[in-house]
Amino acid sequence: MKKAEVPQDNEGLLDGKLREVCYAVDESGNYVTVLSTGWTPKNAALKQAWAEVNEKVEEVKRKVLEGKLSPVAYYMEKNIMNLKLLSQYTGISKWRIRRHLKPKVFSKLDNETLAKYAKTFEIPVALLKNFNENLNQPDQHK
Amino acid sequence: MIEKNKDIVIDFKHYQAAHCENGVSSNLLKHHNINLSEPMVFGIGSGLFFSYMPFIRLNNLPVSSFRPLPGMIFKRITRRLGVKIVRAKFTDPQKSMERLDSNLENGIPTGCLVGVYHLTYFPAPYRFHFNAHNLIVYGRENGSYLISDPVMETPVTLTREELMKVRFAKGTYPPKGRLYYIESISENHDLKSAIVQGIRHTCKDMLEIPIPLFGVKGIRYLANRMKRWPKKLGDKKASLYLGQVVRMLEEIGTGGAGFRFIYAAFLQESAKILNQDWLNEVSKEMTQAGDKWREFATISGRIIKDRAGKEESYEAAANLLLKVADMEEKIYRKLKKISLD
Repeated sequence: MKKAEVPQDNEGLLDGKLREVCYAVDESGNYVTVLSTGWTPKNAALKQAWAEVNEKVEEVKRKVLEGKLSPVAYYMEKNIMNLKLLSQYTGISKWRIRRHLKPKVFSKLDNETLAKYAKTFEIPVALLKNFNENLNQPDQHK
Repeated sequence: MIEKNKDIVIDFKHYQAAHCENGVSSNLLKHHNINLSEPMVFGIGSGLFFSYMPFIRLNNLPVSSFRPLPGMIFKRITRRLGVKIVRAKFTDPQKSMERLDSNLENGIPTGCLVGVYHLTYFPAPYRFHFNAHNLIVYGRENGSYLISDPVMETPVTLTREELMKVRFAKGTYPPKGRLYYIESISENHDLKSAIVQGIRHTCKDMLEIPIPLFGVKGIRYLANRMKRWPKKLGDKKASLYLGQVVRMLEEIGTGGAGFRFIYAAFLQESAKILNQDWLNEVSKEMTQAGDKWREFATISGRIIKDRAGKEESYEAAANLLLKVADMEEKIYRKLKKISLD
C-alpha cells in the first residue's frame, strides 16, 4: 500500500475518538505510518456485524412487547450477551436466568435480583421494570 | 497501607501504535531505554501468523486469526532481548488493584489485559465482548487512572471502577486482572540475533505446523472452504462468514492487511540493521502480498454489501487467497534461510 492510497473513508465508526495507524510506503519506498479514518470494506464488515446484532435486538423487543419474553431478554440481547455471559456478569445461575426470561416470573422478581441485572446492564432498575417507557431511547450502538 | 487518593504520575511517554500488544511492548521497552519501533517489536516477537479454526466460534462465526495468542508477542520479544518480566493474574479484583497501586507507588508503568466491551473511551461500534486488549497504566490523578492505550492517539483516563470492570471482564479468555511489567533489562542484548530468531520462528509457524489449519496451509484451507460457503450456508450466512474474515483482517490494530504491512516494515528495518540487502526485496514481496490481501477485502466488502459485480464472487475471493498463500509461501521459504552473515 502506498502512502497516498491509505484510505480515509470516514463513516463515523470510530466515533471521532481516534484515527488508526496504518503502515504504507512513501515515494522513496520507505515504510512510514499514516493515520486513517476508515476503509469502506472494513466499515462494511463492521456494519454487517451490528446489523445482525440489531436485527436480533428488534426481534426480542417485539417479543417483549407482545408479552412473550421479559425485559431481561431484551437487555441481554442488546448487550450482545448469551445466558452464559450474563450469568458470569450477574452471578445468577443460567437456569435461574432462563426462568427470569419469562414475563410471569420476571414480574415477581425481588429488588435485589433486579438490581443485579440493572447493574450489569448499566441502567436504573426503574427502566428495567417499566420497559415500555424506554422504547423511544436510541440504541447504544450503530 | 497505600493512600488511595494520592496522586502519582510516572514520567511515561505515550506513542500510538497500530496494534495494542505491539504498542504496549514497544512503549514499555522504550521506557527502559530500549528504543524499538512497533514493527521491530512485532517481527522479533514473531507476531505474524494465520489460523482458521472453524470449530472455535466468535459471535457464532468461525474464527480466523492473523496473530498468535495474546501475550505471545510480549513474551517472545522480552525473552529474545534478555528482558526480565513479571506477570500475575488474580481472582480478587481488590487485590489486583492493590498490586497495580503498589506498582505505581514504585514507579513501574504496568501493562494490563482488558476487555473492550466496557472500555468507555473506545469507539462504541468497536465495543464487542473481546477480551484480549492491552493498555498501560502509568499513574493516578484526581481519583482517575492515567492510561496509555496504544491504539489511541493520546493518553486517556479511567476511574477505579471502570478500570476494575475491564480488567475483570467476563466471557471467552477472561483477563482475570492479568498484569505484566518489566523487572529489569539486560544491558548487552544482541538485537541482530533476536531478529534472526524472530524471523525463523515466524517461518516455522507459517510453513511447518503439521495441521492444515495453520500458516500458509491454513490460508489455502480457508480458501477452499470459502468456495463452498454460498452453496453450503446460503447467501446470508456465507456473507456473515466472509464479513468475519474481513473484520479479523482489518480490525483496529493490524496496520492494514492482517499485519502484512507491519511485517514488511520490519523486514525493511532489519535489512539495515543486519546489513542484508536481500531483505529489502523480501519486504517488497510482503508488501505485494499485503496488497493482495486488500484486494481480497475489497471484493469481500462488495459481496457483503450485496453490490458485487459478476466477477466478484466467493470463487474469485477464494482464488485471491490461494494466490496470497503462494506468494507468502515463497516469502517464508526465502526468509527461512536467514542467518547472521
